[in-house]
Amino acid sequence: MTGVVGTVQPDLFYARQQMALSLGFHIVIACLGMAFPFIVVLAEWRGARTGDPVYTALARRWAKAMGVLFAVGAVSGTILSFEFGILWPRWMGRFGAVMGLPFAIEGFAFFLEAIFIGIYLYGWDRVSARAHQRVGIAIGIAGVASAFFVVAANGWMNEPTGFHVVSGKVVDVKPWAALFNSALWPEATHMILGAFIVAGCLVATPHAWALLRGRGTRYHRAGLALSLTVAMIAAPVQIVAGDWAARHVAAKQPTKLAAIEGVTHTEKGAPLHIGGIYVDGEVKGAIRIPDLLSLLAYDDPHATVRGLDAVASADRPPVNVVRTAFQVMVAIGFGLVALGAWLALAWRRRRALPVSRWFLRAAIAAGPAAVLALECGWVVTEVGRQPWIVYQVMRTRDAVSDASGLRYGYFLLLVVYTLLAGATFTVLRRLARTPLPEVGE
Amino acid sequence: MTLGNAVATAMFGGVTLYALFAGADFGAGFWDLFAGDAERGAPTRELIEESIGPVWEANHVWLIFVLVTLWTGFPSAFAPIMSTLYVPLTFAAVGIILRGSAFAFRKASRTVSQRRAFGAAFASSSVITPYFLGSVVGGVASGRVPAGTRTGNVLTSWWNPTSVLGGVMAVVVCAFLAAVYLAADADRRGRAALVESFRRRAFGAGIAGGVVSAAGVIVLHGDAPDLFHGLTHRGAPLIVVSAVAGAAALALLGRRRFQVARYLAALAVVAVLAGWATGQYPWMLEHQLTISDAAAPHATLVAGLVALGAGSLLLVPALAWLLVLVQRGDLAADH
Repeated sequence: MTGVVGTVQPDLFYARQQMALSLGFHIVIACLGMAFPFIVVLAEWRGARTGDPVYTALARRWAKAMGVLFAVGAVSGTILSFEFGILWPRWMGRFGAVMGLPFAIEGFAFFLEAIFIGIYLYGWDRVSARAHQRVGIAIGIAGVASAFFVVAANGWMNEPTGFHVVSGKVVDVKPWAALFNSALWPEATHMILGAFIVAGCLVATPHAWALLRGRGTRYHRAGLALSLTVAMIAAPVQIVAGDWAARHVAAKQPTKLAAIEGVTHTEKGAPLHIGGIYVDGEVKGAIRIPDLLSLLAYDDPHATVRGLDAVASADRPPVNVVRTAFQVMVAIGFGLVALGAWLALAWRRRRALPVSRWFLRAAIAAGPAAVLALECGWVVTEVGRQPWIVYQVMRTRDAVSDASGLRYGYFLLLVVYTLLAGATFTVLRRLARTPLPEVGE
Repeated sequence: MTLGNAVATAMFGGVTLYALFAGADFGAGFWDLFAGDAERGAPTRELIEESIGPVWEANHVWLIFVLVTLWTGFPSAFAPIMSTLYVPLTFAAVGIILRGSAFAFRKASRTVSQRRAFGAAFASSSVITPYFLGSVVGGVASGRVPAGTRTGNVLTSWWNPTSVLGGVMAVVVCAFLAAVYLAADADRRGRAALVESFRRRAFGAGIAGGVVSAAGVIVLHGDAPDLFHGLTHRGAPLIVVSAVAGAAALALLGRRRFQVARYLAALAVVAVLAGWATGQYPWMLEHQLTISDAAAPHATLVAGLVALGAGSLLLVPALAWLLVLVQRGDLAADH
């Protein structure tokens, strides 16, 4: 069913590392590309409506950062389309016709993003204020659409549909059915909400930092409140969306669920393990809650949860990687909800941010923590699908290129991405430290 | 026209627009590289930054369009091209990362040392990227990519006379387009000194293009006889059009007719690309894989064309708006 099994590629590990590096980098920037425009326009709109120069100053400063990040996202996203072919030509050659369509549509969404960001960044005071805000919203909508279609392709890898394999050939191709695969909706919802959390928290971090360091200006308080509020509204919704995504995995990819929860043997009334580590087929050192996994996954405390042993050992993902990533993601998710509750309480009582310095410390941590949760969630989806690149249809090792020397490409990109990350950070930090125009304290 | 040919035509349209728009942006980086030290080169670099700033990201997306059309419409051609030519493609990818990010970083930086470092990265990668993309075209056009799942020679597929020609040609063409466009831009902005310097540069690049083309005849005759045959027979009228348009563009530059010169320079590039496409037709991979053999199943081609049509309804007005704003000088950086 997997087609021609090629010679073993000694650099498969490096090919996977290169893909993980490029995607792991791009996913963060892509989240900012989706949600940051909405946050910027929110500030711009408030500034225009209230005449408060603090919000206008925030919008202009944020827009500069957004411009830098958009450029980094545009190029890091392009690299992915190169790598699909460079690293996984057998996957693309065999299934490009099935799952290419969402990428083709995504190309248009990205095109619109690129056009509107040009107009937005260079159009301050040159197009009307209302048109400018609408262009900003359009960037965000196009960004969300991009994510939707990219996730459609990923959903297809998890739940491939829209084709048949007859005597080794891919036939009966239905690209629209492949695009609207059943994993799309829970995955895309989870991803887009995640983007708003990541972007809101990352924007909040430098403002919280400035406030903690005693630069207690209204500019930073407004920046922190606005960006963090966006993330904190999304955070509790994300718990619900995450539950939906997990139930979906339970139904469609039981082996992934077994890896997420460390379930070795198929069992009725499976317990939930919180924390701990998976050793010799058991979760050790965890808090164990009887029947809860069955209840969460299937709404029935006595439901049967399929274990890893339902599939051959060669068909199982690495449990600890997937399980730890899942636990970290969930822990951070609930942590962010708690932070949001703190913010909401203070706001209700005093119409102001919490005064505690611990709140600022938590808000600083929220940015990196949200990114960590994002990466962990992505690890759960991608590593949890292994050893398949197309779930139960094509193995990752059968998809890889047979070209020699792939590892050197990885080493080169490792250097390039390190420089890119360092330069992005440096430029953004310098931008944040540039003195503000007078904004009327 | 078969559906496969329709999708291939759309993809070729993407290649052409990428060459015309993104090519000029790369060429601007070429002139940025040779603009001189920070002080002397400042006006040139300022013009380049103003000219390509609002548009380079949109121009860049044509490449994505080409890639996704290739892998959706012709997956059995995409796979061997990308795997066999992974070395130049990796270098091009690195060039793309450095070019775009360094350009944005330079714009956001204020100190001279930072601007110089990012500027150097931007400018040098603007030369590296078209070179390697051109060498990829050379590898494909000279029939060095084998069809099927076996990877071809990962070195000679791009380190060969036709690929080197393709790479050098790409750099020269980008520089030529950029010089012509920038001369017109400088004229529109009333910067007389820059008009003169870009006019000179356009002449230099145009003459270099002629020399490289002449050398290319000899290279292709020896190294890629099939391509040579295609270019000198079916593609011949287009090659003639290209040469005439290029010469006319230079003549009009001499008469300071910048706007018309711009269109003729673009026509010269379109014609040479079309000559290549016509010469290679009907092969996707020379003598191994035709366009119709490489084409995806009917349903995918239809879906792709539907997406293309629907997407264009949104894309064309948006892109037109951007270009109109740029041409009217309505866009400027927020300082």
